[in-house]
Amino acid sequence: MSRVPTQTPPIPAVVDEALIDAGRAAPAVQPSGDLSGRGGLRRVVITGAGTINALGHDVETTMQAFREGRCGITQLEFRDVERLSIQIGGQVHAWTPETYFNRQQILLYDKFTQFTLLAAKQAVAQSGLHFEGALGLRAGVVLGTAGGGLNTWDENYRAVYEEGKNRVHPFVVPKLMNNAAASHVSMEFGLRGPAFTVATACASSNHAMGLAFQMVRSGAAEVMLSGGSEAMLCFGGVKAWEGLRVMSKDACRPFSANRNGMVQGEGAGVFVFEEYDHARARGAEILAEVVGFAMSSDAQDIVMPSAQGAERAITGAMVDAGLNREDIGYINAHGTGTAANDKTECAAVAHAFGHHADRLMISSTKSMHGHLIGGTGAVELLACIMALRDGVIAPTIGYQEPDPECALDVVPNEAREAKVDAVLSNAFAFGGLNAVIALRRV
Amino acid sequence: MTDHIRQRIRAIIAEQAMLDPDQVTDEATPQDLGIDSLGLVESIFAIEEEFDISVPFNANEPEKSEFDISNMGTIIAAVERLVADKAG
Repeated sequence: MSRVPTQTPPIPAVVDEALIDAGRAAPAVQPSGDLSGRGGLRRVVITGAGTINALGHDVETTMQAFREGRCGITQLEFRDVERLSIQIGGQVHAWTPETYFNRQQILLYDKFTQFTLLAAKQAVAQSGLHFEGALGLRAGVVLGTAGGGLNTWDENYRAVYEEGKNRVHPFVVPKLMNNAAASHVSMEFGLRGPAFTVATACASSNHAMGLAFQMVRSGAAEVMLSGGSEAMLCFGGVKAWEGLRVMSKDACRPFSANRNGMVQGEGAGVFVFEEYDHARARGAEILAEVVGFAMSSDAQDIVMPSAQGAERAITGAMVDAGLNREDIGYINAHGTGTAANDKTECAAVAHAFGHHADRLMISSTKSMHGHLIGGTGAVELLACIMALRDGVIAPTIGYQEPDPECALDVVPNEAREAKVDAVLSNAFAFGGLNAVIALRRV
Repeated sequence: MTDHIRQRIRAIIAEQAMLDPDQVTDEATPQDLGIDSLGLVESIFAIEEEFDISVPFNANEPEKSEFDISNMGTIIAAVERLVADKAG
């Protein structure tokens, strides 16, 4: 396989200082735990994970699909789908909210909140944490979503505009608001510290998890639930995306020369981020350590990505983590399957990593679960955990033709066993907003 | 009919490019007229609305599209075909 010719650029010092300053925000309250580590910063580990997406209703089923290279993208099923020109998506199958929620809860929870609560319950159960008493005051939740309660908007616009109704259900506003999921998570578990929602389109989850990481690292919180959710697969949600003409009608084939666009997905991913000593003291199973985060803005174009902006976030995350380029064994790509993203992302990776770009693996699991927009980074973090903990790299499926503009090891079509010590997860949003997270094996 | 379609398309493109319709020649490419990828998608939307047609265009593979966007002449010819098919 041919490679992109690369040279090794110096890591710009200006990025270094700015990021480390941002990461050293003063603790809001008395933190516990060890402050004597690297740069006086506390360590942050993941002690719980939960998900629901097109590949499965839990983490194990999703990871099994990653190992098998199974595709969850199918014919969409919802009202008026026949009026769409794009009719495929990574839709959650066999979703029966009544299995998990009572009638009153279903009336109050949009689908994006339902997905979030299910994932959050799995994550908290795995962590073994209870938030009664003092811990609840030192715990919070920060989640990403782009569309929030978009199904609720869609259903109620239909009721008033198409069906001519003059009355809507009293819960429309509390259902559709973008912070509904974060608020319900805080109520479900008694998380009384920081709680909010981040909306940065396709980077929402990575921005949310990056902020959660910074809050635990700085001592602003002891435990943060973080991740994101999206439920945009309804007539209005897909119709809006059709307008941009960047959607594929048949498959998501990231990095393949014959790729022809992105495919939407839906679901949620939620993680428990916990201070390392706190987790160790109670003997918790540690899935991975979160070691770095960086964000950047292209300040350039509302839809076209910039390789320089992406590279600054990639490099910044490594600097923040104190990792060298050679430490990174795997990158979970943003890898949308559009012409523009994939070549720009590969150029950014090639330039950021120099010769090491030829040795690392990079894959896009969007080929399997679709693009969860504001929830995508959360589900994709599972592939990072699988790489670090299980030594299995999730593949880029649907890969058919090499593209000279994407000449990296994209782990085509089949999962691969490989021991990796550190990984990155990329997210690059419309609006030119980039967010990259670095994880390490514990 | 052909001249009429041509004039309507030139008016749409001229508005998008903030030019006089006379400046929108058949030989001009979208790039010549300063129309970027988002502007092109917007122009195609406006053409669809104007003629009540559906233009098969995927921004990821413009060269593979049945709708040839090489220059104004090819765009006009493609719209004429779609309008004729619709009438057909």
